Amino acid sequence: MPSHTFVLNGQPVTVEAPDDMPLLWVLRDKLGVTGPKYGCGVGVCRACTSHLDGQEFQPCTMSVQDCAGRTVTTIEGLADGDTLHPVQEAWLACDVAQCGFCQPGQIMTAAALLRRTPNPTDADIDQIQNICRCGSYPRIREAIKQAAAHPAP
Amino acid sequence: MLIGVRSGTERPAPSPARRAPPITTSLAPSDDTDDADDTAGAPEAADEAPDRRRFLTYLLAAPTLTVAARLGLDAAAPATAQAAVRAAAATRASAQEAFAPPQLLGLPGIPDILDLGDALILAGLPTSHLLVLELTTAGRAVLRLPRLEVGQGLTTAVAMLVADELDARLGDVDVPLSDGRPELLFNQLTGASNSVRSLYDPVRAAAAAARARLVTAAARRWNLPADTLRTADSAVTAPDGRRAGYGELAADAATIAVPAVPATPKPTDQLRLVGRPTGRIDARDIVTGRAKYAGDLAIPGAVPTVVARPTTINGTLRSLDATAARAMPGVLGIAQIPSGVAVLAETFDQALKARNALVTTWNPGPVAGLSDADIRDRLRAAHAPFLIPPLLTQYVDGEFDFAFVNHAPMEVLTAVADVRPNRAELWFAAQTPIVAQQTIAAELGLPQDAVTVHVVRGGGSFGRRLFFDAALEAAQISKAAGRPVKLMWTRNDDMRHGRMRPASHHRVRATFALGQVLTYEHRAATVKTDMRHGLGEALTAAGFNLSLAGLSLNQAFFLLSEKNPYNVGLPTQLLAEVPLDVHTGSWRSVYSGTVRVADEIMMDELARRMGQDAVAFRRARLRSAAGRAVLDTVAAAGNWGRPMPPGQAQGIGYHDENGGRAAYLVELDATDPTNPRVTKAVIAADVGQVVNPRGLEAQLTGTLIDGISVILQAGNHIDNGAVREGSYADFHYARQRHTPPVVEIHLMPPSGPPGGAGELGVPAASAAVANAYARATGTSPRSFPVNF
Repeated sequence: MPSHTFVLNGQPVTVEAPDDMPLLWVLRDKLGVTGPKYGCGVGVCRACTSHLDGQEFQPCTMSVQDCAGRTVTTIEGLADGDTLHPVQEAWLACDVAQCGFCQPGQIMTAAALLRRTPNPTDADIDQIQNICRCGSYPRIREAIKQAAAHPAP
Repeated sequence: MLIGVRSGTERPAPSPARRAPPITTSLAPSDDTDDADDTAGAPEAADEAPDRRRFLTYLLAAPTLTVAARLGLDAAAPATAQAAVRAAAATRASAQEAFAPPQLLGLPGIPDILDLGDALILAGLPTSHLLVLELTTAGRAVLRLPRLEVGQGLTTAVAMLVADELDARLGDVDVPLSDGRPELLFNQLTGASNSVRSLYDPVRAAAAAARARLVTAAARRWNLPADTLRTADSAVTAPDGRRAGYGELAADAATIAVPAVPATPKPTDQLRLVGRPTGRIDARDIVTGRAKYAGDLAIPGAVPTVVARPTTINGTLRSLDATAARAMPGVLGIAQIPSGVAVLAETFDQALKARNALVTTWNPGPVAGLSDADIRDRLRAAHAPFLIPPLLTQYVDGEFDFAFVNHAPMEVLTAVADVRPNRAELWFAAQTPIVAQQTIAAELGLPQDAVTVHVVRGGGSFGRRLFFDAALEAAQISKAAGRPVKLMWTRNDDMRHGRMRPASHHRVRATFALGQVLTYEHRAATVKTDMRHGLGEALTAAGFNLSLAGLSLNQAFFLLSEKNPYNVGLPTQLLAEVPLDVHTGSWRSVYSGTVRVADEIMMDELARRMGQDAVAFRRARLRSAAGRAVLDTVAAAGNWGRPMPPGQAQGIGYHDENGGRAAYLVELDATDPTNPRVTKAVIAADVGQVVNPRGLEAQLTGTLIDGISVILQAGNHIDNGAVREGSYADFHYARQRHTPPVVEIHLMPPSGPPGGAGELGVPAASAAVANAYARATGTSPRSFPVNF
């Protein structure tokens, strides 16, 4: 079985998996990293959203071989130890989560958005595709604006 | 062994508890028969509640302080359902206003007297093991919650109740979800917006009983009068500054049968945490990815499993060739079950690829010939005729169609099952764990107590997890394969073979004359809603003899939940159900999600026909003063009637149910009618005493998004017996761009005891969106979702 090496949440990892295995299942079933959630498997719900070399991506539609040599950050790797990322802090301050299942993906999407666009407009936030079936969208919007106003020092 | 005591009016225990008996959670009801002589005791806070429920508390024999609360009726009154009904009716009647508008008085619906939540509370009365609160020697207050957390914020609300009553720090309270406990009978069903309503008083009673014992233990230790001691921040303090944490006192407190201070819940005005906006206790776990759902659990040996399913709903396997699939890398097994063919593999990716490699043919399911148009025809044919012919009066008729709607919780159905020859263990998000346990035990041929159901937090539900389809399958597969499995339904599985709010058709006729609505008839025809999840048994236990009354379970549910809140002459509502072999289930707000939306659209159309303003028209006819208050609030805060540009409009919707009422005012831009957007929402709600305003606002917001989705864009088609939609790509639940950038929520001063809030907003929000769309487009939409 081919092996693949990449950086996961700051640590190099090597995993044996078929080349075409979506990273989501490598993370969840082989590495026990369960923050990224399965919600559709086809990249439309975005519950698995994580970062690849700092950019938002959906591990359910990215093969493990395409991640080789690259840097993967999941929700588990967003905080700096016990110091939460400003987006996570804003999520707590706004009490965004309801069931919480989509929130790792929402947070990773928001963090990537703020890296690209430090002061997003409502129109920028409207571009976010992640589904929240509990309907926490207004608090997501509020939290993104709050995180934009209080970026990491 | 048990020490039975009554909170507030403590009696000497029948036997000493100092023998350090083994840990046990078993208890028996205290003897209520001689309670009449206790009436001179300290008054109980529970007596403040207008419906006079009394809460018996018990000290459980355990090395550390453990108390239980029993939900019961006032012992001096006959403990019968009839008494509770009378009490509930009296409460409701007093809540109905003395200032009825000068309109023809309509008949109050049955839910004005006794609603579904009351019935479920009644059903839970006989279970004396309701709640157990434990104080550990490490200082944790642990309340094992016999309900499911699916995002409604219940664990946070219950932790707040415990912390407030116990004078503990919120962070010292744990609210784990209880395993299925069959002795609870009908009292472990999460649904009908009933959790806070049914738990509010007993949780407080248990915590108050625990607190009184902690104070007494400290008084004994310090040899001080107990009434000089104070409690705060999980500790007892003495006037001289001595301090003992609850953990240090827990073991001593466990020996105190009769506290020296009243074990009385605080009066409402002394609550410090309840009513204060509070963040979720699990928020940090969620934002760091540590929150675990069933699929995230590392159960030893549980292997990823998926099921190949038929091409039509309820189709059956005709032929199977698994040769190629079996040879695929990582595949660990193939098992046939009644609903399909299971594939077990080392990873879900391998299981899914092997599932694709199965060569299967399927027999068509029982509805294979049916499509939406056929189902609509059947619904239309099912209606009873109107009683009032429109001969002598003016009238407005309306006919409405609502599509099927998948529940589509973000977490797909997932269940871990470990079935052994003599026992079985399951882990999943269960709203009805006792029924699940019974059903799975019967399926496996095991005694009920050989099956353990571990209840795991759920990633949303909206009614979906009343059913345990995946758990039953997982048990079948684990038994067949002889190993533990982690079964996951794919999104496509849940969209095509999961459950839906049933399609419905509504025929409404209102007659009017001289500015008065004379009659109002609503005929609802729906595809039958599957309610085989223990609700019927609960209603029977609550004293409803459905067969004697000539009612089906669904009709009883309809009667207990559906009412017209307005004085509209003589309202009649009838439900006709069309049995169809498709997977349905209660969807957040159940019948009200369609029935009351049609009503609210009719209210707008009646107002228009009668030349009145939509808000004023409702206001003049609303029976409830609290209802008029929420309507007034959104009208004022939302600037009702303000001029809007062409293609944009406001819309209003109102609903009351489960002891709460809400009004939604939305502004909608339908400049492009195929791509409308709600641009602003103003919401007012009064659900009685609020535990966590932030949690309530989340529920009101979530139901707003539901209303936007189901009215404008999200539904399911049936094509030749199969569901057309397969994922969120074609099931268009709202995304960020469909939601209003401005949402304003007004929580009213509570008008009564805690009501239910989880479903309340769906009908009101849906109606507001539908009415705004009608105004903005100048059309009368009749089929929902409008863009489908």
